[in-house]
Amino acid sequence: MTYLKIENVDKHFDRGGVRSEVLKDVSLDIAQGEVISIIGHSGCGKSTLLNLIAGLTEVSSGGIQLEGREVNGPGPERAVVFQNHSLLPWLTVYENVNLAVAKVFGRSKTGAERHHWIMQNLDLVQMSHAKDKRPTEISGGMKQRVGIARALAMQPKILLLDEPFGALDALTRAHLQDAVMDIQKRLGSTMIMITHDVDEAVLLSDRIVMMSNGPSARIGEVLDVPLERPRNRIELASDRTYLKCREAVLKFLYERHRFVEAG
Amino acid sequence: MTATIQRLVTPATPTVPAKADVIALPKPASRPSSWQKTLGHVAANVIPPLVVMALGLFIWEILCSTPGASLPAPSRIWTEAAELIYSPFFDYGQGDIGLGLRVLTSLQRVAIGFGLAAVIGVMVGALIGQSIWAMRGLDPIFQILRTVPPLAWLPLSLAAFMDAAPSAIFVIFITSVWPVLINTAVGVRNIPQDYHNVARILQLNQLEFFFKIMIPAAAPYIFTGLRIGIGLSWLAIVAAEMLTGGVGIGFFIWDAWNSSRLSDIIVALAYIGLVGFILDKLVSAIGAFVTRGTSAN
Repeated sequence: MTYLKIENVDKHFDRGGVRSEVLKDVSLDIAQGEVISIIGHSGCGKSTLLNLIAGLTEVSSGGIQLEGREVNGPGPERAVVFQNHSLLPWLTVYENVNLAVAKVFGRSKTGAERHHWIMQNLDLVQMSHAKDKRPTEISGGMKQRVGIARALAMQPKILLLDEPFGALDALTRAHLQDAVMDIQKRLGSTMIMITHDVDEAVLLSDRIVMMSNGPSARIGEVLDVPLERPRNRIELASDRTYLKCREAVLKFLYERHRFVEAG
Repeated sequence: MTATIQRLVTPATPTVPAKADVIALPKPASRPSSWQKTLGHVAANVIPPLVVMALGLFIWEILCSTPGASLPAPSRIWTEAAELIYSPFFDYGQGDIGLGLRVLTSLQRVAIGFGLAAVIGVMVGALIGQSIWAMRGLDPIFQILRTVPPLAWLPLSLAAFMDAAPSAIFVIFITSVWPVLINTAVGVRNIPQDYHNVARILQLNQLEFFFKIMIPAAAPYIFTGLRIGIGLSWLAIVAAEMLTGGVGIGFFIWDAWNSSRLSDIIVALAYIGLVGFILDKLVSAIGAFVTRGTSAN
Protein backbone atom coordinates (compact mmCIF):
# COMPACT_ATOMS: atom_id res chain seq x y z
CA MET A 1 0.00 0.00 0.00
CA THR A 2 1.60 3.22 -1.14
CA TYR A 3 1.55 6.02 1.41
CA LEU A 4 3.77 8.59 -0.23
CA LYS A 5 4.01 8.47 -4.01
CA ILE A 6 6.68 10.37 -5.90
CA GLU A 7 5.96 10.16 -9.61
CA ASN A 8 8.27 11.21 -12.46
CA VAL A 9 9.42 14.30 -10.64
CA ASP A 10 11.68 16.74 -12.46
CA LYS A 11 13.12 19.83 -10.88
CA HIS A 12 15.06 22.60 -12.51
CA PHE A 13 15.96 26.09 -11.41
CA ASP A 14 16.02 29.02 -13.83
CA ARG A 15 18.43 31.71 -12.92
CA GLY A 16 19.40 34.53 -15.27
CA GLY A 17 18.16 32.65 -18.31
CA VAL A 18 20.28 29.62 -17.46
CA ARG A 19 18.40 26.44 -16.62
CA SER A 20 20.05 24.05 -14.22
CA GLU A 21 18.51 20.60 -14.05
CA VAL A 22 18.71 19.25 -10.52
CA LEU A 23 16.47 16.18 -10.50
CA LYS A 24 15.40 14.11 -13.48
CA ASP A 25 12.55 11.63 -13.52
CA VAL A 26 12.55 10.63 -9.86
CA SER A 27 9.91 8.06 -8.87
CA LEU A 28 9.56 6.37 -5.51
CA ASP A 29 6.78 4.70 -3.53
CA ILE A 30 6.96 4.69 0.24
CA ALA A 31 4.75 2.59 2.52
CA GLN A 32 3.38 3.72 5.87
CA GLY A 33 5.83 3.12 8.73
CA GLU A 34 8.78 2.78 6.43
CA VAL A 35 12.14 4.43 7.14
CA ILE A 36 13.89 5.57 3.97
CA SER A 37 17.37 7.05 3.70
CA ILE A 38 18.44 9.14 0.76
CA ILE A 39 22.18 9.05 0.25
CA GLY A 40 24.40 10.58 -2.37
CA HIS A 41 27.34 12.89 -2.87
CA SER A 42 26.90 16.57 -2.15
CA GLY A 43 25.18 18.46 -4.93
CA CYS A 44 23.12 15.46 -6.04
CA GLY A 45 19.83 17.09 -5.14
CA LYS A 46 19.04 15.14 -1.96
CA SER A 47 18.01 18.29 -0.12
CA THR A 48 16.03 19.46 -3.13
CA LEU A 49 14.12 16.18 -3.15
CA LEU A 50 13.33 16.56 0.55
CA ASN A 51 12.22 20.17 0.04
CA LEU A 52 9.93 19.02 -2.76
CA ILE A 53 8.31 16.46 -0.47
CA ALA A 54 8.05 19.08 2.29
CA GLY A 55 6.43 21.42 -0.21
CA LEU A 56 8.99 24.14 0.44
CA THR A 57 9.90 24.08 -3.27
CA GLU A 58 7.58 23.29 -6.15
CA VAL A 59 8.12 20.44 -8.58
CA SER A 60 8.81 21.44 -12.17
CA SER A 61 6.91 18.45 -13.51
CA GLY A 62 5.56 15.21 -12.15
CA GLY A 63 3.75 14.92 -8.86
CA ILE A 64 4.00 13.96 -5.20
CA GLN A 65 1.02 12.48 -3.36
CA LEU A 66 0.63 11.77 0.33
CA GLU A 67 -2.28 9.42 1.05
CA GLY A 68 -3.59 10.10 -2.43
CA ARG A 69 -3.58 13.88 -1.94
CA GLU A 70 -1.39 16.09 -4.05
CA VAL A 71 1.37 17.95 -2.18
CA ASN A 72 1.21 21.59 -3.18
CA GLY A 73 2.74 23.54 -0.34
CA PRO A 74 4.32 23.07 3.06
CA GLY A 75 2.29 21.88 6.02
CA PRO A 76 2.61 20.36 9.47
CA GLU A 77 1.60 16.88 8.27
CA ARG A 78 5.04 16.77 6.62
CA ALA A 79 7.22 18.03 9.49
CA VAL A 80 10.89 18.73 8.83
CA VAL A 81 13.83 18.31 11.20
CA PHE A 82 16.42 20.74 9.89
CA GLN A 83 20.14 20.10 9.86
CA ASN A 84 20.89 23.17 11.96
CA HIS A 85 17.89 22.61 14.26
CA SER A 86 16.29 25.99 13.36
CA LEU A 87 15.01 26.58 16.86
CA LEU A 88 13.97 30.16 17.53
CA PRO A 89 16.64 31.49 19.89
CA TRP A 90 14.36 33.93 21.71
CA LEU A 91 12.00 31.15 22.82
CA THR A 92 12.67 28.52 25.47
CA VAL A 93 12.67 24.83 24.61
CA TYR A 94 9.08 24.58 25.82
CA GLU A 95 7.99 27.66 23.88
CA ASN A 96 9.63 26.39 20.70
CA VAL A 97 7.57 23.21 20.83
CA ASN A 98 4.54 25.21 21.93
CA LEU A 99 4.80 27.39 18.80
CA ALA A 100 4.09 24.28 16.75
CA VAL A 101 1.52 22.79 19.14
CA ALA A 102 -0.42 26.03 19.52
CA LYS A 103 -0.66 26.37 15.76
CA VAL A 104 -1.52 22.75 14.95
CA PHE A 105 -3.71 21.91 17.96
CA GLY A 106 -4.83 25.41 18.98
CA ARG A 107 -8.48 24.55 18.26
CA SER A 108 -8.64 20.82 18.80
CA LYS A 109 -6.96 20.57 22.21
CA THR A 110 -7.52 22.47 25.46
CA GLY A 111 -4.69 24.34 27.17
CA ALA A 112 -4.07 21.52 29.63
CA GLU A 113 -4.08 18.93 26.83
CA ARG A 114 -1.61 20.99 24.84
CA HIS A 115 0.70 21.31 27.84
CA HIS A 116 0.51 17.57 28.39
CA TRP A 117 1.23 16.93 24.72
CA ILE A 118 4.27 19.25 24.73
CA MET A 119 5.68 17.55 27.82
CA GLN A 120 4.99 14.12 26.34
CA ASN A 121 7.00 14.99 23.24
CA LEU A 122 9.82 16.51 25.27
CA ASP A 123 9.86 13.34 27.36
CA LEU A 124 10.11 11.28 24.20
CA VAL A 125 13.40 12.95 23.31
CA GLN A 126 14.43 13.13 26.99
CA MET A 127 14.50 16.90 27.05
CA SER A 128 11.77 17.75 29.55
CA HIS A 129 14.44 18.60 32.15
CA ALA A 130 15.58 21.53 30.00
CA LYS A 131 12.15 22.87 29.10
CA ASP A 132 12.86 26.37 30.42
CA LYS A 133 16.30 26.70 28.84
CA ARG A 134 16.94 28.72 25.72
CA PRO A 135 18.59 27.10 22.68
CA THR A 136 21.83 28.96 23.35
CA GLU A 137 22.09 27.30 26.75
CA ILE A 138 21.97 23.69 25.53
CA SER A 139 24.35 21.55 23.47
CA GLY A 140 24.07 20.82 19.75
CA GLY A 141 22.73 17.33 20.34
CA MET A 142 20.11 18.64 22.74
CA LYS A 143 19.04 21.30 20.24
CA GLN A 144 18.56 18.59 17.65
CA ARG A 145 16.49 16.58 20.13
CA VAL A 146 14.24 19.59 20.64
CA GLY A 147 14.03 20.00 16.86
CA ILE A 148 12.83 16.40 16.64
CA ALA A 149 10.35 16.99 19.49
CA ARG A 150 8.99 20.04 17.71
CA ALA A 151 8.51 18.05 14.51
CA LEU A 152 6.92 15.11 16.31
CA ALA A 153 4.62 17.44 18.22
CA MET A 154 2.98 18.40 14.92
CA GLN A 155 1.87 14.76 14.75
CA PRO A 156 3.07 14.52 11.17
CA LYS A 157 2.02 11.83 8.72
CA ILE A 158 5.60 11.73 7.58
CA LEU A 159 8.75 12.97 9.25
CA LEU A 160 11.40 14.50 6.99
CA LEU A 161 14.91 14.69 8.39
CA ASP A 162 17.46 16.80 6.51
CA GLU A 163 20.88 15.50 7.55
CA PRO A 164 19.69 15.66 11.14
CA PHE A 165 22.91 14.48 12.73
CA GLY A 166 25.35 15.99 10.23
CA ALA A 167 26.59 18.75 12.52
CA LEU A 168 27.09 16.53 15.57
CA ASP A 169 30.11 14.67 16.89
CA ALA A 170 30.23 10.88 16.47
CA LEU A 171 29.18 9.95 20.01
CA THR A 172 26.28 12.37 20.17
CA ARG A 173 25.25 11.20 16.72
CA ALA A 174 25.13 7.57 17.87
CA HIS A 175 23.00 8.53 20.87
CA LEU A 176 20.55 10.40 18.69
CA GLN A 177 20.37 7.61 16.12
CA ASP A 178 19.39 5.24 18.91
CA ALA A 179 16.85 7.76 20.15
CA VAL A 180 15.33 8.08 16.67
CA MET A 181 15.16 4.27 16.25
CA ASP A 182 13.46 4.01 19.60
CA ILE A 183 10.93 6.74 18.78
CA GLN A 184 10.24 5.20 15.39
CA LYS A 185 9.58 1.84 17.03
CA ARG A 186 7.18 3.35 19.54
CA LEU A 187 5.28 5.62 17.18
CA GLY A 188 5.60 3.63 13.95
CA SER A 189 6.42 6.88 12.13
CA THR A 190 7.12 7.07 8.43
CA MET A 191 10.47 8.77 7.95
CA ILE A 192 12.58 10.03 5.11
CA MET A 193 16.10 10.94 6.11
CA ILE A 194 18.85 12.54 4.11
CA THR A 195 22.32 11.45 5.08
CA HIS A 196 25.84 11.18 3.77
CA ASP A 197 26.84 8.65 6.38
CA VAL A 198 26.79 5.06 5.10
CA ASP A 199 26.57 3.44 8.55
CA GLU A 200 23.74 5.72 9.56
CA ALA A 201 21.81 4.85 6.42
CA VAL A 202 22.19 1.08 6.89
CA LEU A 203 21.51 1.18 10.62
CA LEU A 204 18.35 3.24 10.49
CA SER A 205 16.58 2.46 7.25
CA ASP A 206 14.38 -0.18 5.72
CA ARG A 207 15.42 0.98 2.26
CA ILE A 208 18.29 3.13 1.07
CA VAL A 209 17.74 5.36 -1.95
CA MET A 210 21.05 6.02 -3.65
CA MET A 211 21.20 9.08 -5.88
CA SER A 212 23.44 9.42 -8.92
CA ASN A 213 25.56 12.54 -9.24
CA GLY A 214 24.03 15.80 -10.42
CA PRO A 215 23.25 17.72 -12.49
CA SER A 216 20.07 15.93 -13.54
CA ALA A 217 20.46 13.49 -10.67
CA ARG A 218 18.19 10.47 -10.60
CA ILE A 219 17.64 7.53 -8.33
CA GLY A 220 20.53 5.22 -9.11
CA GLU A 221 19.51 2.26 -7.04
CA VAL A 222 17.24 1.35 -4.13
CA LEU A 223 18.70 -1.08 -1.61
CA ASP A 224 16.59 -3.14 0.77
CA VAL A 225 18.02 -3.52 4.26
CA PRO A 226 16.57 -6.84 5.49
CA LEU A 227 17.68 -6.48 9.10
CA GLU A 228 15.42 -7.33 12.03
CA ARG A 229 14.36 -4.57 14.41
CA PRO A 230 15.22 -3.57 17.05
CA ARG A 231 18.72 -3.14 15.73
CA ASN A 232 21.77 -3.00 17.91
CA ARG A 233 24.80 -1.23 16.52
CA ILE A 234 27.27 -3.44 18.40
CA GLU A 235 25.73 -6.72 17.29
CA LEU A 236 25.38 -5.42 13.75
CA ALA A 237 29.04 -4.46 13.54
CA SER A 238 29.85 -8.07 12.65
CA ASP A 239 26.51 -9.05 11.09
CA ARG A 240 26.90 -10.39 7.54
CA THR A 241 23.75 -8.81 6.11
CA TYR A 242 24.74 -5.47 7.62
CA LEU A 243 28.21 -5.65 6.16
CA LYS A 244 26.85 -6.65 2.76
CA CYS A 245 24.45 -3.70 2.69
CA ARG A 246 27.22 -1.41 3.77
CA GLU A 247 29.47 -2.72 1.02
CA ALA A 248 26.74 -2.28 -1.57
CA VAL A 249 26.27 1.37 -0.64
CA LEU A 250 30.01 2.02 -0.57
CA LYS A 251 30.43 0.41 -3.98
CA PHE A 252 27.64 2.51 -5.41
CA LEU A 253 29.08 5.72 -4.02
CA TYR A 254 32.76 5.21 -4.63
CA GLU A 255 32.97 2.91 -7.64
CA ARG A 256 30.05 3.56 -9.89
CA HIS A 257 29.19 7.13 -8.96
CA ARG A 258 32.47 8.53 -7.86
CA PHE A 259 32.12 12.15 -6.82
CA VAL A 260 33.56 14.55 -9.36
CA GLU A 261 34.37 17.97 -7.99
CA ALA A 262 32.75 20.52 -10.26
CA GLY A 263 35.54 22.48 -11.92
CA MET B 1 42.84 -18.90 40.73
CA THR B 2 40.27 -20.12 43.22
CA ALA B 3 42.28 -18.68 46.01
CA THR B 4 42.18 -15.33 44.36
CA ILE B 5 38.44 -15.45 44.00
CA GLN B 6 37.99 -16.54 47.59
CA ARG B 7 40.12 -13.77 48.81
CA LEU B 8 38.16 -11.32 46.81
CA VAL B 9 34.84 -12.60 48.08
CA THR B 10 35.66 -13.08 51.74
CA PRO B 11 38.68 -11.28 52.96
CA ALA B 12 40.24 -13.54 55.62
CA THR B 13 41.56 -10.76 57.76
CA PRO B 14 40.46 -7.19 57.60
CA THR B 15 43.35 -5.34 56.09
CA VAL B 16 44.78 -2.66 58.24
CA PRO B 17 44.00 0.64 56.61
CA ALA B 18 47.13 2.31 55.43
CA LYS B 19 48.05 5.03 57.79
CA ALA B 20 48.30 8.44 56.35
CA ASP B 21 48.85 11.75 57.97
CA VAL B 22 46.25 14.35 57.34
CA ILE B 23 47.98 17.33 55.87
CA ALA B 24 46.08 20.46 56.54
CA LEU B 25 45.99 22.52 53.37
CA PRO B 26 46.40 26.23 53.87
CA LYS B 27 43.01 27.86 54.01
CA PRO B 28 42.19 29.62 50.76
CA ALA B 29 42.29 33.36 51.13
CA SER B 30 38.77 34.40 52.01
CA ARG B 31 36.97 35.26 48.82
CA PRO B 32 35.34 38.67 48.63
CA SER B 33 31.62 38.28 49.20
CA SER B 34 29.22 39.17 46.45
CA TRP B 35 28.27 42.58 47.81
CA GLN B 36 31.93 43.44 48.17
CA LYS B 37 32.41 42.53 44.53
CA THR B 38 29.45 44.64 43.46
CA LEU B 39 30.74 47.52 45.49
CA GLY B 40 34.18 47.17 43.92
CA HIS B 41 32.62 47.06 40.48
CA VAL B 42 30.56 50.18 41.11
CA ALA B 43 33.56 52.00 42.55
CA ALA B 44 35.67 51.08 39.52
CA ASN B 45 33.06 52.60 37.24
CA VAL B 46 32.02 55.61 39.28
CA ILE B 47 35.24 56.92 40.78
CA PRO B 48 37.20 57.59 37.55
CA PRO B 49 34.55 59.85 35.98
CA LEU B 50 34.09 61.68 39.30
CA VAL B 51 37.81 62.33 39.53
CA VAL B 52 37.98 63.57 35.94
CA MET B 53 34.94 65.78 36.51
CA ALA B 54 36.43 67.31 39.67
CA LEU B 55 39.65 67.96 37.80
CA GLY B 56 37.77 69.55 34.92
CA LEU B 57 35.78 71.80 37.23
CA PHE B 58 38.98 72.82 38.96
CA ILE B 59 40.70 73.81 35.69
CA TRP B 60 37.56 75.59 34.54
CA GLU B 61 37.40 77.50 37.83
CA ILE B 62 41.01 78.65 37.41
CA LEU B 63 40.58 79.63 33.77
CA CYS B 64 37.37 81.59 34.31
CA SER B 65 38.08 83.27 37.62
CA THR B 66 40.01 86.12 36.04
CA PRO B 67 38.02 89.38 36.19
CA GLY B 68 37.55 89.76 32.42
CA ALA B 69 36.46 86.16 31.70
CA SER B 70 33.65 85.89 29.16
CA LEU B 71 32.19 82.68 30.64
CA PRO B 72 31.14 82.17 34.28
CA ALA B 73 33.27 79.96 36.53
CA PRO B 74 31.60 77.02 38.34
CA SER B 75 31.48 78.89 41.62
CA ARG B 76 29.64 81.78 39.98
CA ILE B 77 27.19 79.40 38.34
CA TRP B 78 26.48 77.90 41.74
CA THR B 79 25.71 81.28 43.30
CA GLU B 80 23.74 82.61 40.33
CA ALA B 81 21.74 79.53 39.38
CA ALA B 82 21.58 77.58 42.63
CA GLU B 83 17.81 77.42 42.59
CA LEU B 84 17.78 75.92 39.10
CA ILE B 85 20.19 73.25 40.21
CA TYR B 86 18.70 72.06 43.47
CA SER B 87 15.03 72.72 42.85
CA PRO B 88 14.09 71.39 39.43
CA PHE B 89 10.33 71.40 39.98
CA PHE B 90 9.44 74.90 41.25
CA ASP B 91 6.55 76.66 39.55
CA TYR B 92 6.16 80.41 40.09
CA GLY B 93 3.55 80.72 37.40
CA GLN B 94 3.71 82.68 34.14
CA GLY B 95 6.16 80.29 32.61
CA ASP B 96 8.71 80.70 35.37
CA ILE B 97 9.21 77.01 36.12
CA GLY B 98 12.05 74.71 37.15
CA LEU B 99 14.25 72.93 34.65
CA GLY B 100 12.84 69.54 35.65
CA LEU B 101 9.38 70.64 34.55
CA ARG B 102 10.80 72.08 31.32
CA VAL B 103 12.58 68.82 30.60
CA LEU B 104 9.31 66.99 31.19
CA THR B 105 7.47 69.10 28.61
CA SER B 106 10.27 68.48 26.14
CA LEU B 107 10.19 64.78 26.94
CA GLN B 108 6.47 64.73 26.32
CA ARG B 109 7.01 66.07 22.81
CA VAL B 110 9.81 63.57 22.26
CA ALA B 111 7.58 60.79 23.52
CA ILE B 112 4.88 61.60 20.97
CA GLY B 113 7.25 62.25 18.06
CA PHE B 114 9.56 59.36 18.77
CA GLY B 115 6.68 57.03 19.63
CA LEU B 116 5.16 57.71 16.23
CA ALA B 117 8.53 57.26 14.58
CA ALA B 118 9.07 53.94 16.34
CA VAL B 119 5.68 52.49 15.40
CA ILE B 120 5.66 53.74 11.81
CA GLY B 121 9.37 53.04 11.33
CA VAL B 122 8.98 49.40 12.42
CA MET B 123 5.80 48.84 10.38
CA VAL B 124 7.10 50.40 7.16
CA GLY B 125 10.56 48.92 7.68
CA ALA B 126 9.04 45.45 8.06
CA LEU B 127 7.04 45.89 4.84
CA ILE B 128 10.01 47.16 2.88
CA GLY B 129 12.36 44.53 4.27
CA GLN B 130 10.15 41.79 2.87
CA SER B 131 10.42 42.95 -0.71
CA ILE B 132 13.74 43.15 -2.50
CA TRP B 133 12.29 45.62 -5.03
CA ALA B 134 10.83 47.94 -2.41
CA MET B 135 14.24 47.86 -0.74
CA ARG B 136 16.06 48.68 -3.95
CA GLY B 137 13.65 51.45 -4.86
CA LEU B 138 13.29 53.14 -1.52
CA ASP B 139 16.60 52.65 0.22
CA PRO B 140 18.55 55.32 -1.73
CA ILE B 141 15.77 57.83 -1.09
CA PHE B 142 15.79 57.08 2.63
CA GLN B 143 19.55 57.34 2.72
CA ILE B 144 19.30 60.86 1.28
CA LEU B 145 16.41 61.99 3.50
CA ARG B 146 18.21 60.59 6.52
CA THR B 147 21.01 63.14 6.17
CA VAL B 148 18.72 66.20 6.12
CA PRO B 149 19.39 68.08 9.38
CA PRO B 150 16.38 68.26 11.75
CA LEU B 151 16.03 72.03 11.58
CA ALA B 152 15.87 72.02 7.81
CA TRP B 153 12.46 70.36 8.12
CA LEU B 154 11.14 73.05 10.46
CA PRO B 155 10.13 75.79 8.02
CA LEU B 156 8.34 73.24 5.89
CA SER B 157 6.46 71.75 8.82
CA LEU B 158 5.57 75.21 10.16
CA ALA B 159 4.11 75.99 6.78
CA ALA B 160 2.20 72.73 6.72
CA PHE B 161 0.87 72.68 10.28
CA MET B 162 0.61 76.47 10.87
CA ASP B 163 1.32 75.85 14.54
CA ALA B 164 4.45 75.46 16.62
CA ALA B 165 3.48 72.45 18.74
CA PRO B 166 2.75 69.91 15.99
CA SER B 167 5.68 71.25 13.97
CA ALA B 168 8.11 70.45 16.77
CA ILE B 169 6.66 66.96 17.06
CA PHE B 170 6.85 66.50 13.31
CA VAL B 171 10.50 67.50 13.31
CA ILE B 172 11.20 64.89 15.99
CA PHE B 173 9.31 62.30 14.00
CA ILE B 174 10.96 62.99 10.67
CA THR B 175 14.42 63.04 12.25
CA SER B 176 14.16 59.81 14.17
CA VAL B 177 12.06 57.71 11.81
CA TRP B 178 14.85 56.97 9.29
CA PRO B 179 17.25 55.00 11.45
CA VAL B 180 14.34 52.96 12.86
CA LEU B 181 12.96 52.29 9.41
CA ILE B 182 16.25 51.44 7.74
CA ASN B 183 17.45 49.20 10.56
CA THR B 184 14.14 47.34 10.73
CA ALA B 185 14.22 46.73 6.99
CA VAL B 186 17.77 45.39 7.18
CA GLY B 187 16.84 43.23 10.17
CA VAL B 188 13.87 41.75 8.34
CA ARG B 189 15.97 41.10 5.25
CA ASN B 190 18.46 39.21 7.40
CA ILE B 191 15.96 36.79 8.94
CA PRO B 192 17.46 33.36 8.23
CA GLN B 193 15.73 31.26 5.57
CA ASP B 194 15.30 28.54 8.22
CA TYR B 195 12.90 30.68 10.22
CA HIS B 196 10.89 31.29 7.05
CA ASN B 197 10.81 27.53 6.45
CA VAL B 198 9.65 26.86 10.01
CA ALA B 199 6.90 29.44 9.56
CA ARG B 200 5.83 27.93 6.23
CA ILE B 201 5.67 24.39 7.58
CA LEU B 202 3.58 25.63 10.51
CA GLN B 203 1.47 27.62 8.05
CA LEU B 204 1.70 30.79 10.14
CA ASN B 205 -0.36 33.59 8.65
CA GLN B 206 1.03 37.08 7.96
CA LEU B 207 0.04 38.42 11.37
CA GLU B 208 1.42 35.45 13.30
CA PHE B 209 4.63 35.61 11.26
CA PHE B 210 4.98 39.32 11.97
CA PHE B 211 4.62 39.01 15.74
CA LYS B 212 6.11 35.58 16.40
CA ILE B 213 9.04 35.49 13.99
CA MET B 214 9.73 38.79 12.27
CA ILE B 215 9.69 41.21 15.22
CA PRO B 216 11.72 39.01 17.60
CA ALA B 217 14.18 37.98 14.90
CA ALA B 218 14.76 41.57 13.81
CA ALA B 219 14.67 42.93 17.38
CA PRO B 220 18.44 43.48 17.72
CA TYR B 221 18.40 45.57 14.53
CA ILE B 222 15.22 47.39 15.54
CA PHE B 223 16.71 48.38 18.88
CA THR B 224 19.89 49.64 17.24
CA GLY B 225 17.63 51.87 15.14
CA LEU B 226 15.59 52.96 18.13
CA ARG B 227 18.71 53.87 20.06
CA ILE B 228 20.03 56.04 17.24
CA GLY B 229 16.53 57.46 16.84
CA ILE B 230 16.08 58.51 20.47
CA GLY B 231 19.46 60.26 20.39
CA LEU B 232 18.49 62.15 17.25
CA SER B 233 15.09 63.15 18.68
CA TRP B 234 16.72 64.62 21.73
CA LEU B 235 19.08 66.58 19.49
CA ALA B 236 16.17 67.77 17.39
CA ILE B 237 13.83 68.79 20.22
CA VAL B 238 16.27 71.28 21.71
CA ALA B 239 16.92 72.88 18.35
CA ALA B 240 13.25 72.92 17.40
CA GLU B 241 12.15 74.44 20.69
CA MET B 242 14.68 77.22 20.36
CA LEU B 243 12.80 78.33 17.27
CA THR B 244 9.22 77.46 18.12
CA GLY B 245 9.17 78.75 21.69
CA GLY B 246 6.96 77.38 24.44
CA VAL B 247 8.06 76.01 27.76
CA GLY B 248 10.59 73.34 26.74
CA ILE B 249 14.23 73.17 27.73
CA GLY B 250 15.33 74.35 24.27
CA PHE B 251 13.34 77.53 24.53
CA PHE B 252 14.72 78.11 28.02
CA ILE B 253 18.26 78.24 26.61
CA TRP B 254 17.24 80.68 23.93
CA ASP B 255 15.44 82.83 26.48
CA ALA B 256 18.44 82.74 28.84
CA TRP B 257 20.72 83.80 26.00
CA ASN B 258 18.47 86.75 25.17
CA SER B 259 18.65 87.93 28.78
CA SER B 260 22.37 87.11 29.13
CA ARG B 261 21.93 84.50 31.85
CA LEU B 262 24.95 82.42 30.89
CA SER B 263 24.96 80.47 34.15
CA ASP B 264 21.40 79.26 33.48
CA ILE B 265 22.44 78.09 30.02
CA ILE B 266 25.23 76.01 31.45
CA VAL B 267 22.94 74.40 34.01
CA ALA B 268 20.43 73.67 31.23
CA LEU B 269 23.18 72.06 29.14
CA ALA B 270 24.01 69.75 32.03
CA TYR B 271 20.32 68.81 32.29
CA ILE B 272 20.06 68.11 28.57
CA GLY B 273 23.20 66.00 28.59
CA LEU B 274 22.07 63.96 31.57
CA VAL B 275 18.58 63.37 30.20
CA GLY B 276 19.98 62.37 26.79
CA PHE B 277 22.34 59.96 28.50
CA ILE B 278 19.50 58.44 30.54
CA LEU B 279 17.28 58.10 27.44
CA ASP B 280 20.05 56.30 25.57
CA LYS B 281 20.72 53.94 28.47
CA LEU B 282 17.00 53.33 28.91
CA VAL B 283 16.45 52.27 25.29
CA SER B 284 19.58 50.15 25.30
CA ALA B 285 18.52 48.48 28.56
CA ILE B 286 15.06 47.71 27.17
CA GLY B 287 16.74 46.39 24.04
CA ALA B 288 19.10 44.19 26.02
CA PHE B 289 16.15 42.82 28.00
CA VAL B 290 13.91 42.20 25.01
CA THR B 291 16.57 40.69 22.75
CA ARG B 292 18.19 38.46 25.36
CA GLY B 293 19.01 35.20 23.61
CA THR B 294 18.23 36.56 20.17
CA SER B 295 21.51 38.17 19.27
CA ALA B 296 23.59 35.17 20.23
CA ASN B 297 22.60 32.53 17.77
